[in-house]
Amino acid sequence: MSFDINVLIEQWPAIVSGAGVTIMIWVFGTIAAAALGFLLAVARQYGGLVVDKALGLIVAVLRGTPFLIQIFLVYYGGPFVGLSLDPLPAGLIGISIYGAAYFSEIFRSGFRAVPRGHIEAGECVGLTQGQIVRRILLPEMTMLVLPPSVNMAVILMKETAVLSIITVPELTATLSAIGSQQYAFVEALSALALFYWVLVEFTGRLGNLAETKLSRFRFFNA
Amino acid sequence: MSFKLFELLLQASIYTVTISVVSILIGFAIAILLSGMLLSLRRHLVLPARIFISFFRGVPLLVQLLLIYNLLPVIGINVPSVVAAVIGLSLCTAAYQAENLRGGFASVPVGLVESAEMVGLTPGQIFRRIKVPTALRLTLPALVNEAILILKASSLVSVVGIVELTRMAQDLAGSTFLPLQLFASAGLIYLVINWIVALAGGLIERSLPGAPR
Repeated sequence: MSFDINVLIEQWPAIVSGAGVTIMIWVFGTIAAAALGFLLAVARQYGGLVVDKALGLIVAVLRGTPFLIQIFLVYYGGPFVGLSLDPLPAGLIGISIYGAAYFSEIFRSGFRAVPRGHIEAGECVGLTQGQIVRRILLPEMTMLVLPPSVNMAVILMKETAVLSIITVPELTATLSAIGSQQYAFVEALSALALFYWVLVEFTGRLGNLAETKLSRFRFFNA
Repeated sequence: MSFKLFELLLQASIYTVTISVVSILIGFAIAILLSGMLLSLRRHLVLPARIFISFFRGVPLLVQLLLIYNLLPVIGINVPSVVAAVIGLSLCTAAYQAENLRGGFASVPVGLVESAEMVGLTPGQIFRRIKVPTALRLTLPALVNEAILILKASSLVSVVGIVELTRMAQDLAGSTFLPLQLFASAGLIYLVINWIVALAGGLIERSLPGAPR
């Protein structure tokens, strides 16, 4: 068994481009998923019973089926309902919708967990509704939703690898192709695993750091 | 879409369930070992377990599967692809389950253990009759969660050529040009399986001794 790192060095432009696509999908996908999830949570909170139940069903379906099946539905099923997408946009849409389902649950628990008393106390000392939202609700919620959100961002980072199956030119697809063309699976796949491992660990550490920095907003004993 | 196609999907889903169940069980056995290593006070045991867990939680399952599938032949081990898939899923779920078990053992109330010591139970008895049942009760919800995650993640073993539910849907979609119906049906089957698992988990949880009623 030989380990020839030169195979990868020769292919560096393709690898850098693949890594770029992976990170781009992750960053935009996570932001879109969080925004969409927030809207979902708000709609379920304030939209009345019917909206809540209908959206709840959609969230349950998205959380109960594999991401791969959802991606196949968007990419291969889309054209049959007049939605022909290239792999990259299909992947971005897929990952955003998938992530939104989980993010909506995170935000919902965030809304619920801010104690009613804190809001009432704010009203008592004469804060306006806007001030209450800005200075009580959002900071306290941020502390609560931060750890699960970082977790979700890490999960979405790992899900980007699945997009290689619908031929999105991200790092997994790039390195698998190099592996099979040059017959250098060991080198290519080790580099791939290392890339994800480092990025996921780094994101986790960054999340912990943010949590420590924001701990002055903490109001619960955990 | 004819019923014949749906029947083929159902048959393939047996494969999905089998692979998932076997992986969960093997993963659980490895997880017990790992959580024991994590809870031991010897550094040379804790560190390898930490690295194992960090790796298998930090690398996408698809990449793990590709690595195992392509690497085993390189180091001279030729196994059928289904074995490679089960190894991949087991190692991955072991890492998650080990963390859950560690949490479960760590949250066994100290008072419970102390009172067991007071009434004269031996350390072995305390482990078997107090710590293990309490920790299992605490980790059961997480275990059910993990089972559902693995059932969904098993869709990825389709990439190493195993014809389970996802691969069957893919193959049929290719030959019948009914991707929408087939993938939606496959999704529905996954949903029903996961729903049954969640329901069964809830029932077991309530039937365990010491459950709140």
